[in-house]
Amino acid sequence: MAPDMLLALLWKALVQTIHMVTVAGFIGTLIGLPIGVFLANSGKGELFAAPMTNRIVGLVVNATRSTPFIILVVAIIPFTRMIAGTSIGTSAAIVPLTIATIPFVARLIEAAIREVDRGLIEAARAMGASRWQIVTKVLIAEARPGITLALTLTLVSLIGYSAMVGAVGGGGLGDLGIRYGYQRFMPEVMLAVVVVLVLLVQAVQSAGDGLARRFDKRNRHG
Amino acid sequence: MLAIPTATPPVRDSATSVVPEASLSVPTMVAFQGVTKRFADRGGQGEFTALAGVDYTVPKGAITGIIGRSGAGKSTLIRLVNGLEVPSSGSVLVDGVDVTGLDENGLRSLRRQVGMIFQHFNLLSSRTVYDNIALPLEIAGFDRRAIKARVQPLIDLVGLSDKSGRYPAELSGGQKQRVGIARALSTEPKLLLSDEATSALDPETTQSILDLLKAINRDLGLTVLLITHEMEVVKTIASHVAVIDKGLIVESGRTFDVFTRPAHETTRALLSGLAGTKVPEAITRRLKPMAGAGDRVYTRLTFFGATAEQPLISRLMSELGSDVNIITGTIDEIAGEPYGSLVVSYAADPSVTVRADDFYRQTGLSTEVLGYGA
Repeated sequence: MAPDMLLALLWKALVQTIHMVTVAGFIGTLIGLPIGVFLANSGKGELFAAPMTNRIVGLVVNATRSTPFIILVVAIIPFTRMIAGTSIGTSAAIVPLTIATIPFVARLIEAAIREVDRGLIEAARAMGASRWQIVTKVLIAEARPGITLALTLTLVSLIGYSAMVGAVGGGGLGDLGIRYGYQRFMPEVMLAVVVVLVLLVQAVQSAGDGLARRFDKRNRHG
Repeated sequence: MLAIPTATPPVRDSATSVVPEASLSVPTMVAFQGVTKRFADRGGQGEFTALAGVDYTVPKGAITGIIGRSGAGKSTLIRLVNGLEVPSSGSVLVDGVDVTGLDENGLRSLRRQVGMIFQHFNLLSSRTVYDNIALPLEIAGFDRRAIKARVQPLIDLVGLSDKSGRYPAELSGGQKQRVGIARALSTEPKLLLSDEATSALDPETTQSILDLLKAINRDLGLTVLLITHEMEVVKTIASHVAVIDKGLIVESGRTFDVFTRPAHETTRALLSGLAGTKVPEAITRRLKPMAGAGDRVYTRLTFFGATAEQPLISRLMSELGSDVNIITGTIDEIAGEPYGSLVVSYAADPSVTVRADDFYRQTGLSTEVLGYGA
């Protein structure tokens, strides 16, 4: 393949991947974060104690997470059509990606919030903080390094998932690699796709790590 | 020669009484009335009784210590005061307001009048010293300027003027607790609750934190209620003490009275670790309950009171006309009052002991015969 043609294909696929990952990541986090906060604080005797709801939400989250992504993509096609108006293309692919992101983010946020010392919740209650203030001023503020790492991991996983939405015409780097690199036997395309993906993941991970380090004031010296 | 201050021992209610004299004259800050607290067991079966009916009043303006072993119920008790725990029955009054009757809003405004400090400090790692102290004010809705006007003097008060922009991870344990204290004071509370605040600190740091609490109590007139398992803490700063065991207050009163004449076995056991109250084992081991020929009597003399300093030991010697051996002894301070304990021995001869007993009666010395031996 001519280099300029390869570059054009790569660029288009990269834009599609970034488009899908950012939109699905953003909406998924918007919905997944409160669910994660809820899961971390709704056990018996906790801040938003609702053990029954906690169990049901946990069950739904687990069910979604254990469904293989490619099956999720085809299983929710009617839902995708309802939301996106179509079941093929990049915009349509964002729907299953978002659905898969929500429980993923929720569990990671839950873990990050659970890392926050319970003593801080008690201290905040003793100060007269409302539950909303405890969530915003204590839990999320204290879990910020963990949340940042969780969202980094989410983006990296989304980049991986997005490779599968070629199945519904979602496009993106993974799709490019399968169609040109594998099905048309063009190893140079496959190699280029892999290199771009590695660089992309590396960039996201480094940015996330750096940000998390900046937020983390727990192990400062000097 | 020791110059021992003497006085008639302070009069106290019968030792088992749990009604502190404070309730008779001094205004009350916190009143526990028939408070019980039961928790469901881990397994969900059965119940665990943390508090089995506590009646106790905490005097206003004083430092009161509640002491007990771990699991005695003291953590539960202090958490009832600011509504972190709700009693199963009974009521808790803070400055006349029944905490158990408050709704969420009422509870939040009460908590702004009650500061709390913790064993593990519970500072936000993501906030600087300044921002940690500012947190209760942010929560209460103060604006930036009002917050600054409150926080800056508090940072100076606790001696952290140069650490304002530091994060907790950069501070020592003692400095962290100072931040905790400043934070607890930021909403200008009338009551400060201290939950084992010095238990994670070394002795020297403990002393400096206790000094700070004492100064706050004195200068701001703030009532302090602290729980601890360390007798030293109570001895050093608390003017009043309550001993809690198995969910009940078993003894209470002025710290000096309770510590110098402990009536309950739990109090005695807790006190046994205190320097000067325990007779060395080397001595107790060779003592017999009955006097044999040529034996000496081993007696513990206890001195307290701040009045009339008299050279009692030299008078005892001349009174007995016999030599007096000083075995062990200590002069100490309990809640700011001098206290002495001395173990002496002299001939168990009746002619000597009769004169000794006379002398004790005349001077009002509190004594205890430990045993007889060579």
